[in-house]
Amino acid sequence: MASQYQTTAFTRFRRTTANHMASVLAVLSTIIVVAPLVAIFAYLLYKGASSLNLNFFTQVPAPIGEKGGGMANAIVGSGVLLAISSVLGVPIGIAAGIFLSEYGRGSKLANMVRFTADVLNGVPSIVMGIAAYSLVVLPQKHFSALAGGVALGIMMIPTITRTTEEMLLMVPHAIREAALGLGVPNWRSVLSITLKTASPGVITGCMLAFARVAGETAPLLFTAFGSSFFSTSINQPIAALPLQIYVYAISPYDEWHRLAWAGALVLIVLIVVSVSLVRYVTSRGVLKGAS
Amino acid sequence: MTLKTQEVRVTEPTAASVPGTDTPGTAPSNGEHSAIRKYLLSRGSSVFVDKSFRWLMILCALSIFAIVALILYELIVRSELTINKFGLSFFAKTAWNPIENNYGALPFIYGTLVSSIIGLIIAVPLAIGLAVFLTEMCPKILRGPLAFLTELLAAIPSVVYGLWAIFVLVPILRSHVNPLLISVFGWSGLFARPDYGIGMLAAGVILAIMILPIISSLTREVMTAVPHTQREAVLALGATRWEMIRMGVLRNARIGIVGSMILGLGRALGETMAVTMVIGNRPDILRNLLAPAYSMASVIANEFTEAADPMYLSALVEIGLALFIVTIIVNALARLLVWAVTRGAPARVA
Amino acid sequence: MDINLHIPASQATALIGPSGCGKSTFVRCLNRMHETNPIARVTGSVHIGDLDIYADVSPVEVRRRIGMVFQRPNPFPTMSIYDNVASGLRLNGFRNRRVLDEVVERSLKHSALWDEVKDDLKKKSGASLSGGQQQRLCIARALAVDPEVLLMDEPASALDPVSTAKIEDLIFQLKSQYTIVIVTHNMQQAARVAERTGFFLNGKLVEFDSTHKIFTNPSDKRTEDYITGRFG
Repeated sequence: MASQYQTTAFTRFRRTTANHMASVLAVLSTIIVVAPLVAIFAYLLYKGASSLNLNFFTQVPAPIGEKGGGMANAIVGSGVLLAISSVLGVPIGIAAGIFLSEYGRGSKLANMVRFTADVLNGVPSIVMGIAAYSLVVLPQKHFSALAGGVALGIMMIPTITRTTEEMLLMVPHAIREAALGLGVPNWRSVLSITLKTASPGVITGCMLAFARVAGETAPLLFTAFGSSFFSTSINQPIAALPLQIYVYAISPYDEWHRLAWAGALVLIVLIVVSVSLVRYVTSRGVLKGAS
Repeated sequence: MTLKTQEVRVTEPTAASVPGTDTPGTAPSNGEHSAIRKYLLSRGSSVFVDKSFRWLMILCALSIFAIVALILYELIVRSELTINKFGLSFFAKTAWNPIENNYGALPFIYGTLVSSIIGLIIAVPLAIGLAVFLTEMCPKILRGPLAFLTELLAAIPSVVYGLWAIFVLVPILRSHVNPLLISVFGWSGLFARPDYGIGMLAAGVILAIMILPIISSLTREVMTAVPHTQREAVLALGATRWEMIRMGVLRNARIGIVGSMILGLGRALGETMAVTMVIGNRPDILRNLLAPAYSMASVIANEFTEAADPMYLSALVEIGLALFIVTIIVNALARLLVWAVTRGAPARVA
Repeated sequence: MDINLHIPASQATALIGPSGCGKSTFVRCLNRMHETNPIARVTGSVHIGDLDIYADVSPVEVRRRIGMVFQRPNPFPTMSIYDNVASGLRLNGFRNRRVLDEVVERSLKHSALWDEVKDDLKKKSGASLSGGQQQRLCIARALAVDPEVLLMDEPASALDPVSTAKIEDLIFQLKSQYTIVIVTHNMQQAARVAERTGFFLNGKLVEFDSTHKIFTNPSDKRTEDYITGRFG
């Protein structure tokens, strides 16, 4: 009778081995994943750091074949594009987030909006570029920073909406009640109390969106188009950092490759700073002192 | 809940106040009383402003739908020419001839699909392995840094991945990996010379690296969502740790894991820059994974600015339309699956 | 719920009853705070003077005349003490600096908090105070908009006995200038502070009379059972 409940030595061996194998494989996968990341960062640092000098930040690209030059126009251009897209993306995004948290919470409409925002976040950015091309470039008959800004702004909206909603949801209900109980109009309470309390988180959410958008190339390929000149005009083509990196990377010139690495390093540093900041703010607790 | 009040009356306070024996401060004089109350009375009901504000917020929320509709509209309008000329056969033809205005999207569909599948095949086991390690096996001190690292991986821009792929990955593939593949698996026809390094396989590998963080993060989320009671129940039956993970966690989370895989697929399908930089940009449908290929997003990226002819542009926009619809469907499916497991607002993944 | 109440002005009225009997819900209807819950409904009327607060005015206007102090202190965490007290006026558009200073000082003195915070008005945040101080801050904040009625929903239940005693002293002094309705599960508190008391049970107002009568010679048996501690 007892024998049918006894596991054979083979079964035990099999199970133990499987357990060990699983552990090994898990650790192995971790290493295989972490290694390229470390490799990328290290390589970037190695290749990019040597080219990062003052020239990089202050000069425009030198003519082909000449040494030196920088990516000042691309950095400024990225700034201009970020500004334009923020004007479009930040107010609408925050407002939609306010709706999801303060006015529509739990409603069917809110669920559909949230779902659509998440799905929109997964649409390839080049499609946004086509839309912006159709909306702005074709009627205007030329590439422009405005078109690039529109493409990037459209991308920002779903991202900022979701982060704003998340941060607003963290504001304790008691705070809202306190404001309402004083006879403060609803809109004033939402803006001056709820949004203000959540503002560190909302701002970092916007920063995350900025970081994501700052690295986008595809939507700019045929909207902002890129340029080798210094420009801040809305109605002209404009350079952008990731766009310039792309153009240089696929070019046959070593000098431009060097610049591409430097530019990539700058981008990465920006992104690491943003991600770290977001983590810092959200782990510290967005609402300092709120009970 | 309904509360029925017959009548509650509060009689108006009398003007005279009765001072207590030890009032802590001065009682408000009648003048100050009425001054503040008068001011507040004059502020009005703010009903109109509140209503308008609420409608403004709703409008902005609806803009998300408007964006989807707008994109769809523009894509359809600008691809009308080729939709009318080729109809559905556009997606079955292999020709890509701008000179003769003969367009077919099949090579690009093939390139996108195959590179994405390669990416998935490589990424999924690794991502699940990483997720398992991080949730079940990892020592506490490592967990934070490793999770942070994964988050960073997800945030790296596509063009930076592409840059690294051109100058580091492709040479490695060309010199070390591909010859090995050719010699070991050459009989299958999947790996054959010429070996440029760039091609379908390179695209698949860089895609794998790029979608890995997403699949891993989401898998971790659904794994953590499995209640501890499930783990404990399996352990109480005498399972080894791996068996506990397999039966107690992965089995329960498998719907969500499938969802994360589909999400990774969605990301891979739309990935543009890194793929464009290493896929080789040749619209061929070949068995050889080492040969150059072309993806939907890549052809748009490469040829859009050169498309002088309206028909040419229309063909490219139609490819974009297909990409748009497919990624929406794939992403929606993935989100639904993940939501079904985590029961709540789906995870916001970068 | 069928409730018929006449709350006298410039006095404190206590509402007592076991937990979950609807006292808080009822009191929230008095300044339309229940409307933050989208499925709550009220029938009947609530008047302040001759004004029907449901039919004639908006919730925002009601709440400026009928203020509320909540069970758990809820000062605004991002604001200083000064800003907290001034918030009711500021957020309604009031700008006059001098008057605001006076109002803040007066309100803090009324809520017996002035001496403890007068040096740190703008430096300390509202949330850095102790529990009892926070609640007095919330009272000051409510008083700053000069309401005619002050509703207090178990204001001392989350506080230690010393703070509770301070708050009760406060109510005693405030009731000469404001009409106070206080919800409490602490019968001794009601007896100490209020002139009139209402006993709630299962969503119904069982008895409403002078505090003295309720606690010494209640008319309804259920009231007597509750007073003597047979349940609740």
